[in-house]
Amino acid sequence: MADMAAVPQTIALPAPRSAPLAAEARSAWLLSLPAIVLVFLFILLPVVAVIGLGFTDFELGYAGFKFVGLDNYIELFTDRTFRQSLWNTAVYTAIVTPISILMALGLAMLIEAENIGRSFFRTAYFLPVASLLVAMATVWQYLFHPTIGPINAMLALAGIPGPNWLGSAGTVLYSLSIIGIWQSVGFNLVLFLAGLTAIPRELYAAAEVDGARAAYDRFRLVTWPMLGPTTLFVTTISIISSVKVFETVKTLTEGGPNKASEVLLFTIYKEGFVYLRVGYASAMTVIFLAILIVLMFLQYRLQDRQVHYT
Amino acid sequence: MNNQSISLARIIRLSVLSVGALAFLAPYIFMISTAGKAQSDIFTSSLSLIPQQWFYLQNFAKALSRVSMGRLLFNGIVVCGLILAIQVTIAIPCAYAMAKLKFRGAQAMIVLVMLGLLVPIHATALPLYVAFDRMSALNSFFALVAPFSISVFGIFLFLQFFRAMPDDLIHAARLDGMSEIGIIGRVIVPNAWPAITAFAIFSVVAHWNDLYWPLIVVSNQAYATPPLGLLYFRAAEAGDDYGALMAATLIITLPLVLAFLFAQKRFVEGITMTGLKG
Repeated sequence: MADMAAVPQTIALPAPRSAPLAAEARSAWLLSLPAIVLVFLFILLPVVAVIGLGFTDFELGYAGFKFVGLDNYIELFTDRTFRQSLWNTAVYTAIVTPISILMALGLAMLIEAENIGRSFFRTAYFLPVASLLVAMATVWQYLFHPTIGPINAMLALAGIPGPNWLGSAGTVLYSLSIIGIWQSVGFNLVLFLAGLTAIPRELYAAAEVDGARAAYDRFRLVTWPMLGPTTLFVTTISIISSVKVFETVKTLTEGGPNKASEVLLFTIYKEGFVYLRVGYASAMTVIFLAILIVLMFLQYRLQDRQVHYT
Repeated sequence: MNNQSISLARIIRLSVLSVGALAFLAPYIFMISTAGKAQSDIFTSSLSLIPQQWFYLQNFAKALSRVSMGRLLFNGIVVCGLILAIQVTIAIPCAYAMAKLKFRGAQAMIVLVMLGLLVPIHATALPLYVAFDRMSALNSFFALVAPFSISVFGIFLFLQFFRAMPDDLIHAARLDGMSEIGIIGRVIVPNAWPAITAFAIFSVVAHWNDLYWPLIVVSNQAYATPPLGLLYFRAAEAGDDYGALMAATLIITLPLVLAFLFAQKRFVEGITMTGLKG
């Protein structure tokens, strides 16, 4: 009852100022209109369409299509290529993410502690991030070449017979992971460096006074907790970019040999844009999108739970 | 920070960093070295870095003749330039409205932006491809640029930046009788260069390197971007002509790497700024 009386009042109150406010709201809408239209056109509508297409047997080049319900998803579960591709993507991510994060953290702490050559080291490790991955993948193909490649030539000097890095099903995923790590360490390193410089020096001094003499104790008590938000962010970004691995696979292996390097985006690409099975590829895309959303959701949850020290 | 003397810990630290840096730079060293080697040289001595015969000219000539490198670089510049110009023109007014003007849509739009951040081009590519195919718009600059005309990430970044700008600046401009467009052009943009530079670096690096979307919508050399062109070159150069391949790689990689080396402070700032707030 009281609410009903209150409502007209709240509407009545701003009335005298409403003319300039309305003008402000109007220009705000006008200024953001192009962005809103484009978001609908290029993000929301396509996402809705991809979910819808996932329930159809649409194929490019054929006139009609019909709804097939969950058939595409049922087929996905029994599709050996797709399962292999999910597994490979998971293995690739499980290798690249932890190694590139630990390497980046270690290198960042070494660079931070050193006062000469800082910018040189930062540049050297960051260079792969700024380089064209398709081009550098080609260089890696040469480095990995089983007979004329420098890596196997070096191994031969040490008396070790080098593997056929990209050419054998047993090693191809590890070789791609090496390229992935090489490419992503610099990015993580720069983020960790920014996080490290933001830690107040006094905290280390205080920890030392409190008896944290060993470097490891100072790391455990100050560096690691203070870097928490950075680490969480770097982890999410690294996992997501590993799940999105595509360039190196397309350039170097095309999913081979014998599907040993089929990864999620490459399988979607092949089904959708080479075989033109749009409906089936859409169902795969929905799974891909669901994975990204779950990862983001986990990050938000963890971020909320984290203690903030600053 | 630490004492300047050369202690054992410091020697270990510097050697670890140097060996690591050497390993990370090795691909570049071999790329430059191999681009100057003759075929026979590549097959016999892969570990000597100095070419026995100086073959740079021949390899570069071959790289330039098979695929029109000038065309690729031109396409790359046009596509990245158009994308960046449109993204900034669309995102800045929208972010300004969301940050500084009162209207009822603002809250809903933040939700829209956060949702948009979750969706990469790989998720929207299929319907967009079908639509562009129906419009017969494949193989065009339009197809390469249009899906990236909106950058929700750009809106997000500028939104953060504009929120931190003092309201007094805008009020003063409004009292001077400036229109909202005038405020954006003469007050907001001149004060937002750090954010714009950071975003520009982020956007150009992302789209210069993108292979997925160009691979889907472009099927001839006329509109190929640098990564796609290199893929064509690899296909045309069957076998192991690594000399010419490395020369082509060198030409394609050089523009962005040079830009990075000249403006590395900005690059790193741009990446950390866009990174930490993403």
